[in-house]
Amino acid sequence: MYKYLLCWRYLRSRYIALASIVSVTLGVATMIVVNAVMAGFAREMQQRLHNILSDVVLESHSLEGFRDPEWHMELMQRAAGDDIERMVAAVHVPAMLSFQYGGRGEWITRPVTLIGIDDEAPEQAAEFRQYLQHPQNRKQFSFRLRDGGYDVYDHQAQDRGTPRPEMRHAGWTHRRRMAELRRAAAQFGRQSPDASSQQGAHDHRAAEDEQSSTPSVPDDAELRGGDTARPAQRPSRAARSADPFARGGTERRFDPRTEQHTGLVMGIGLASFRLEATDRFLLLPGDDVRLTFPTAGTPPRAVDDTFTIVDFYESKMSEYDSSLVFVPLRRLQELRGMIEPETGIGYVTSIQIKLKPGRELNQVRDKLRALFPPQLYSVSTWRDKQGALLAAVHMETAILNVLLFLIIAVAGFGILAIFFMIVVEKTRDIGILKSLGAGGRGIMGIFLFYGLLLGLVGSGAGMVLGLAFTQNINAIADALGRLTGRPVFDPDIYYFYEIPALIEWPTVTWIVLGALGIAALASVLPARRAARLHPVEALRYE
Amino acid sequence: MSEAVRSTRSAAASSHVEAAASYRQTGRTASGRRIQLEARGLKKSYFKAGHEIPVLRGVNLTVQQGEFLAVIGQSGSGKSTLLHLLATLDGADAGEVWLDGMRIDNLPRRRRDALRNRKLGMIFQFYHLLPELTALENVLAPLMIAHGLWSWLRHRRSHVQNARRLLEQVGLGQRWQHLPRELSGGEMQRTAIARALAPGPAVLLADEPTGNLDQHTGAEIMQLLRSLNRQHGLTIVMVTHDLANAQQAHRVVRLVEGRIESA
Repeated sequence: MYKYLLCWRYLRSRYIALASIVSVTLGVATMIVVNAVMAGFAREMQQRLHNILSDVVLESHSLEGFRDPEWHMELMQRAAGDDIERMVAAVHVPAMLSFQYGGRGEWITRPVTLIGIDDEAPEQAAEFRQYLQHPQNRKQFSFRLRDGGYDVYDHQAQDRGTPRPEMRHAGWTHRRRMAELRRAAAQFGRQSPDASSQQGAHDHRAAEDEQSSTPSVPDDAELRGGDTARPAQRPSRAARSADPFARGGTERRFDPRTEQHTGLVMGIGLASFRLEATDRFLLLPGDDVRLTFPTAGTPPRAVDDTFTIVDFYESKMSEYDSSLVFVPLRRLQELRGMIEPETGIGYVTSIQIKLKPGRELNQVRDKLRALFPPQLYSVSTWRDKQGALLAAVHMETAILNVLLFLIIAVAGFGILAIFFMIVVEKTRDIGILKSLGAGGRGIMGIFLFYGLLLGLVGSGAGMVLGLAFTQNINAIADALGRLTGRPVFDPDIYYFYEIPALIEWPTVTWIVLGALGIAALASVLPARRAARLHPVEALRYE
Repeated sequence: MSEAVRSTRSAAASSHVEAAASYRQTGRTASGRRIQLEARGLKKSYFKAGHEIPVLRGVNLTVQQGEFLAVIGQSGSGKSTLLHLLATLDGADAGEVWLDGMRIDNLPRRRRDALRNRKLGMIFQFYHLLPELTALENVLAPLMIAHGLWSWLRHRRSHVQNARRLLEQVGLGQRWQHLPRELSGGEMQRTAIARALAPGPAVLLADEPTGNLDQHTGAEIMQLLRSLNRQHGLTIVMVTHDLANAQQAHRVVRLVEGRIESA
């Protein structure tokens, strides 16, 4: 009984011991935070990767693709039909995205990965739909431009976050407005034939930005509002020439106010940039862009076509958000010459395979690999594709854990030293207790229990601190960012817009137990020394 | 007289076994009073820098039940060492310690701990209270040591009552919540006495109980010890270098050059 009372009193009177435990507290807190962030990061990334990439992909090595995806699907269905939930054919091709920006007639070109997807397929990747910006598109996707109602607030963020006011006008509203502006500009151009397109473009913006009364100071106007960053698009010749192709060759003049080109979904990172923690848009749903990509023949020729942006794709994986562009599969096949004229059978470059839940990825992959010659096809799982990234995250977590646990071990030596000091300080008390009939075990118990209690206090405080920190990690990061004037977690650099954190209770338990164990172990040696003190010498100790 | 018994015993050192047997049967000395504590031929040396320094060279001592014995000697004469040996805090090089007819110096460590806890109360010159505990908790300390957590919690109320009564008996009824550093020297020694008495010991071993106190306070402590001896029949062995204090005891022996001489 006396053990517990004395431990309690020592705990309350020896603040130096509490100081030694601070390092345990900090170590535990840091480990919890780091593990939570790494686990959150890994989970988030896996989820996103898995949502973006399908379970297993069959790809051709050639951009030309392979003929007759239905035949391939049937083959795979026969081999591994039990495992496969559904299959979707797609065309992946590198492309150049060009659009006009800022109304100055400047063309911006960016390399993208163009993906032709089958929008007719009923449950065409629910995973793909969930990243779109129009609520209707998330339910039932179509490549047709919506009237409006695009998300102004990021639907994936927990809180509403910073708004994207420009998205309010996106859709047909924006398209009609732009068309009106272009028409007005064209008329203006006719009135003064020597006016350059650049001058005309200035006026578009001036008209658009009602507050701007000084079109002669374009930079100023451009900086003032996000709206000015919108492109003023000239009705392009390419658009007109490509249009009849899409609409069965009618000679009717294309009216951008009521008509759209082929729909296109664009990674949001391609259309926007971040300025002072808000998204500013170069393009909006309703704008037209041009895509240039190689045909399937040999040698490939470049073809181009005009598309209308109907939605943005935001997976929060900046790698994908700033490179992927989705168009209707059939249209892409037509443009690339991937349809046999006689039979109408198409070519595709990949088949995305979704497995039934709980199937072993690698097993199915190996089954499918056996079906196709490896010289022409590759079959890989999503883990294969991003395996290096996932392995790197796990490796990082492991190394950090080792290092942080070493910190706690260092704290253990601090406890050891301070406990020796306390034993020396308490030598006479130990003698007194022995003269009162306390045994060596009892004395040892005092210090072991004391060590355990300190460990409990230290790791308990560390746990509370770590969990509290993890819960509020984004608020803390924001506050630090404000304090230092430099964002701690810059979403432009990382994959996510906020720091993901996942508290895994088994991990927390292990960390706390480990810290407790170290504190208890560190107190064993001093406790043994205390137990072995000779009572007479201890009593004589001054 | 007991002295006589003692001397015959030591003379017949070879027939220890028989003497012990007869003692065990009767448990009484020639005077008819029971022998409570006995030292037989205790020897103890310390080693310093390779030199053997003999402290006790064969101490024989008999303490009867209810006796107040004072051992006087100069500083360094081995008084404290003798007390430590009697309390089994230290082991003798040779000789035996008997308590209530049982040899106690060769018992296993745990039995000795228990014996020290229940039968032998000790007080010291420097009080030796535990600084983190209040007066009451200090008095309770030997009881806490004797009881495990659960049995302590069961009997806590009666223990606390007992301790409060003891504190009142030594004149500290109102100060039980104070920490040692808030008490005066005399009060600390009174607390130490209450602590020594808490388990109801057979013998109180006092190591210079007044050595650190002024004359007046020392006299008060002596008064307290005497009254405990008289009223409760508590056997007391006190070592001191102060002859005036020693003379308040029933009997005084002198420790000279590691041996007992009658004073």
